[in-house]
Amino acid sequence: MMNPFNPSISTPSGIWNPLVWILVFLLSLLIAYAIYLKGEKQRKKGMQEEIFLSGNKADGNTHIKASNIGWGYLEAMKGYYKLMRDIHTGIINDYVGWFLGVLATMLLIFLFWGGAQ
Amino acid sequence: MIFNAPFISVMILVIFGLYAMVFRRNLIKVVIGLDIVESAVNLFMVSLGYVKNGIAPIYTNSPGGAMVLPTPQALTLTSIVIGVATSAMLLSFCILIYRYYGTLDTRKVRRLRE
Amino acid sequence: MSVWDFIITNAPALAIAVPLLGAFLTPLIYRAGRKTALIWVLSVLSFTEFLALLLVYLVNTYGIQVYVFGGNPSTLVIPPDSRGIPIRIIFTVDGMSAFTALISSTIGLVAGIYSVASEKGRGAQDKFFALLLLLVVGMMGMALTGDIFNFFVFLEINSLSAAALVSYRIHGGKAVEAAFKYAVVSSIGALMILFAIAILYGEYDALNMAMIAERMYQTGFSTMDIIAMALIVVTLAMKCGAVPMHYWVPDGYGEAPGEISAMIMVASQASLYGLFRMCFTVFGLSANTHSLGWFLIILGLLSMFIGVTMAFLQHDIKRLMAYHSVSQTGYMLLGVGVGLATLGTSAFNQYGLFAMEGGIFHILNNMLYKGLLFLTAGAIIYRVGTSDLNKMGGLAHSMKFTAIFYLIGALAIAGIPPFNGFVSKLMIYESVYQLNPFLAVVAAIVSMLTLASFLKVFHSAFMGPKLYNVKEVPKSMLIAMGILSFFIVLFGIFPNIAMTYLVAPAAHALADPVGYITRVLGGGP
Repeated sequence: MMNPFNPSISTPSGIWNPLVWILVFLLSLLIAYAIYLKGEKQRKKGMQEEIFLSGNKADGNTHIKASNIGWGYLEAMKGYYKLMRDIHTGIINDYVGWFLGVLATMLLIFLFWGGAQ
Repeated sequence: MIFNAPFISVMILVIFGLYAMVFRRNLIKVVIGLDIVESAVNLFMVSLGYVKNGIAPIYTNSPGGAMVLPTPQALTLTSIVIGVATSAMLLSFCILIYRYYGTLDTRKVRRLRE
Repeated sequence: MSVWDFIITNAPALAIAVPLLGAFLTPLIYRAGRKTALIWVLSVLSFTEFLALLLVYLVNTYGIQVYVFGGNPSTLVIPPDSRGIPIRIIFTVDGMSAFTALISSTIGLVAGIYSVASEKGRGAQDKFFALLLLLVVGMMGMALTGDIFNFFVFLEINSLSAAALVSYRIHGGKAVEAAFKYAVVSSIGALMILFAIAILYGEYDALNMAMIAERMYQTGFSTMDIIAMALIVVTLAMKCGAVPMHYWVPDGYGEAPGEISAMIMVASQASLYGLFRMCFTVFGLSANTHSLGWFLIILGLLSMFIGVTMAFLQHDIKRLMAYHSVSQTGYMLLGVGVGLATLGTSAFNQYGLFAMEGGIFHILNNMLYKGLLFLTAGAIIYRVGTSDLNKMGGLAHSMKFTAIFYLIGALAIAGIPPFNGFVSKLMIYESVYQLNPFLAVVAAIVSMLTLASFLKVFHSAFMGPKLYNVKEVPKSMLIAMGILSFFIVLFGIFPNIAMTYLVAPAAHALADPVGYITRVLGGGP
C-alpha cells in the first residue's frame, strides 16, 4: 500500500518525488563546486573584497532596520496600503460591523441567487 | 400565542443589541449589546419549544396535560451559563482596560491597529 | 474487560474527558509544587495525544467510529423508545475529525513542553495550565462531536479559554485589549451559531448533524435553512480568520505568549474544520455546493492576498506572523473550496478531490511550520524582551539553534522544497489551476511575498551586528521547537506517510456525506 522508500506523489499533471529532488540538488551543488574549482586562483586585494551598500562603503557592521526593508515595494504600493491602513482601524465596533456586513451580504446572495440546488 | 409575538420581539431585541454593538462607543455598552443579543437568542429557543397551555416538563407530581418541550429549555440553560461566563470575563477585561488606559472609549482603546 | 478494551471502546469520550478532568485538577495539584503539576499536565497531554493517535488508527482500520454518551452499548444510536430520533449526545469520529483531533493534541503537547521553561517564574501558572488544557478540550470536542449543540458548547470553551490565555501577559493593557476584542467577536459569532442551531432544531426537531442533514435532504432546502447556513458559514469563516473578518487575528495572536499563539492558531483551524464539516456533511447534500464553494474560494483569495500584503508592513514579529496565518488559512479555504465547488461533478474526481487533499495537507503543514515560527518568535521575545523587529539584530550570533529552527520554518512556509510546505502548495497550485488559472497565479504571487517577508524577519532579527548579549533559550523550548522541525523535514521528504494515513482518509471522509449519515443513522458496523 505505502512504500516508505518511494515517497512520490502523483499530481494531476505530473509527479513529485522529494528524494529525486534532493539527489538533483546535491548533484547541482557538486557541479557548482566543480565550476568554483575551475575559477581564478588568486583574488586581487583592494576594492574587490570591500563591502558596499547602495554605493556607500559599509564597515561590515551595517544593519538595515525592519521598517526600512522593502521600502521600494511599500512606496510603489502606497495607494493600496493607504486603503488598508484606513480599513484596519482597530475599533471593536468596526470589527463587529464588518462581520455583520459579510453576514448580510451572504444572506442576500444566498436568498436571491439561490442557496438550494 | 398572539400571532408570532415572541419571534417579532426576538428580532427587535437582536436589532437593538447589534445596534449597541456597532454604534455605541463605550466598551461596557458593547458588552450590554452582546447580552441583549444573547437574551434574544435565549427567548427564541424557549419560544420554539412552547406548547399552548403547556406545563413545565417535570413528570413528578405532574397534573397531566401538555408539556412544553424540554430540549430547548436545556439548551437555554446551557446558553445562559455560558453567557454569564462570557459577560463576567468581558467585564473584567473592561476593568483592566480602564485601569491601564484610563478610558473606555472604543475610539481610544485601539493601541493595536494596522 | 481489560483496561485496553476499555480504552479502545471509550476512546472518543476519553479524548475529551482526560484533558477536561486534567484541567480542573491542575490548580489542586499545583498546590503540591510546580514540578508535580508540570508532570501531571504533561502526562495528561501525552495521554490525550496517545488517544488521538489511537482514534486515527481506529478510523483508518475500522471506519467511522460512533460513540453514544449514556448508551448501552455505546454504539446504540437510536434507542427503541425514541421514535427514530438520536436523542443522546453522539460523538462521530471520521477521518477528518481524527485528523483535527491529532493536530490539536499535538500542538497542545508541544505548547505544554515549551511552557515548562517559557512561563517559569510567572504568576498564576496553575490557571495558565488549566486554561491550556481547556483549550485542548475545546479543540478536541469541536473535532470529535457529531452533535450540533455540543459543537457550540465546545466552540465557546475554545473561545473563552483562548481569550483568557491571550490576556495572560497584560503587557501594559495591550494584551487585555486584544483579548477583549477577540472575546467580543467570538461571542457574537457563537450567538449567531446558536441562533442557527435553534432554527435548525425548530425545523428538523433534531440536534444530530447526520439527522439534520438527512431530514434537510428529504424535505428540501428551505429559506430558513439558507439563513441558518449563512449564519453558520460566515461565523465559522470569521472564527478561522478569513478576510474581511480577520481583524481580531493579528491582535489576538500578536499579544498572546508564543506557545499560546501557536495553540490559538490551531484552535482557529478547528473552526475551519467546523466550517468544512457544516459545508460538506450538514448542508452538502441539499445546498448549492457550487456557489458555497465559490464563496469559500473568494474568501480564500482575499485572505491570501490581504493577509500577506499586510504582513509585509508589520514591524512587530508576532503581528507579522499572525497576518501570515490569515494568508495561510486562505490556501486551505482555496483548496477545500475548489473541492466543494466541484463536488458531485466529474471535475471532482479529476482535480477537486486532489485540491481538497492539498488544502487538508496544508492544515497539517501549517500547524507544524506556523507553530514552529510562533515558538521561535516566543523564544526571541523571551530572550530579547521586545517584539519590535526594529530593535532586534544579530541574534544568530548567540541563539544558533533558534535561528536554524526559524530558518526551517520560514523555508517551509515559503514553499521551498524539500520542506513540507512545498508539497501541499504544489498540490493546491496544480489542482486549482484547472478550475481557473487566475487562482493559481494569485497563490504563487502570495507565496513569493511570503518568502520576502520572512526574509525581512530573518535579516532584521538574526543577521547583522551583535546587538544583544543573550544566551540560547532553555532546553524545554528547544525540544518543543525540535519536535515540530523534525516533522516538517519528515513530512517534506516523505509526504506519502502523511498522505496515506492522515490526509487522504480525511479528504475522503469529507467528500462522502452519505457514508457519514448512513453510518450514524443506519446502525451497521
